Amino acid sequence: MPMMKRYLPFVIVAAVGLIVFGGGALLYRARLAALRTAPKVMTAEEKAELGHLRGDLKAPITIEEFGDFQCPPCGTLAGDMQKLEKHYGQRLRVIFRQYPLAMHNHALEAALASEAAGLQDHFWEMHDLLYREQAIWSKLPDAVTLFNGYAGALGLDLERFKKDMQGPEAKARVAADQKRAASLGVNSTPTLFLNGTKVDFPSVNFAGLRKLIDEPTSPTSPKPSP
Amino acid sequence: MKPDQPKTVTRSRGTVILYTIAAIICLAGLADATYLTILALTGETAACGGSAGCFEVLGSIYARIVGIPVATFGVLGYFTAFALATFIACGYSRLRRFFTLTVGVMFAMTLWLLYVQAFQLHAYCRYCLFSAALTFLLAGLVVASPAPRDS
Repeated sequence: MPMMKRYLPFVIVAAVGLIVFGGGALLYRARLAALRTAPKVMTAEEKAELGHLRGDLKAPITIEEFGDFQCPPCGTLAGDMQKLEKHYGQRLRVIFRQYPLAMHNHALEAALASEAAGLQDHFWEMHDLLYREQAIWSKLPDAVTLFNGYAGALGLDLERFKKDMQGPEAKARVAADQKRAASLGVNSTPTLFLNGTKVDFPSVNFAGLRKLIDEPTSPTSPKPSP
Repeated sequence: MKPDQPKTVTRSRGTVILYTIAAIICLAGLADATYLTILALTGETAACGGSAGCFEVLGSIYARIVGIPVATFGVLGYFTAFALATFIACGYSRLRRFFTLTVGVMFAMTLWLLYVQAFQLHAYCRYCLFSAALTFLLAGLVVASPAPRDS
């Protein structure tokens, strides 16, 4: 057997090994970087007051959303919010508040699932996943099994997640958001507040919110940061 | 390790084709398992989008063994099978029994995972079914390949 032929399988296996393990490692790093959200430096008090925050803590634009994971317009808005976050970058911070409506059979379970994920620092990952998969789990008779699957797929500690979903901390967080909703007169979802001012429902979309943020005369326009 | 040239049947055209096919099947399995491993390690969920079964399987306790994603074992299995099939196709016929053993272990693992999906989780994951189909094909090739004639 010629020399080249003898070493051919070694070359092929080494090349494939390099592609799989090297490429896999590169892909892993790239995915991890893409999934990693900006670090949030928040004190315990800020956490309690601000709830779930995504974006820069000192951003001049704040959108506070009261949402229900099972409400279809909230699902549509979730995509718009992500586009806004991309568009405004460090200038925008988004605060999510739970407002599960009684008319939606899995809304409270979904809220508790997101809070349980939040207790493992994966609130936003679960938030995005719940909205993205809303059409699937909303129709199921038992959504909790699937929520457990989501938690597992996100790499959470499954046993802790299940326990936290039933635990007092997740329930207390949902109740606190509902209390805040009541104090602000919120009675439907999605309800948004742009820099503290309630946004009219027709403007609750990407274009409408951009207009409100960018319009200099708008009463809710962000003030320049100091 | 030296290729066993004159005394074996592995350099026959049929064997070369058979193990080349096996190597290609292993590459497909390797891609599938590598992708699933990366998803499991990063917590990326987009690939399961729209499939409740996919989440229920890949997010279940059965998807990890002592914290290691099951797909990682798939990567190791497919890579080993690929390497062995490549060597055999190039004339290293003594490795056939190792290939048979590797595929046997993969086949047993596949049966276990299919059992878990069907009877424990009552849900199926498309990537897992794809991998199962590939392993069944590999097992079929092992059965179809002529027995090695050792000296």
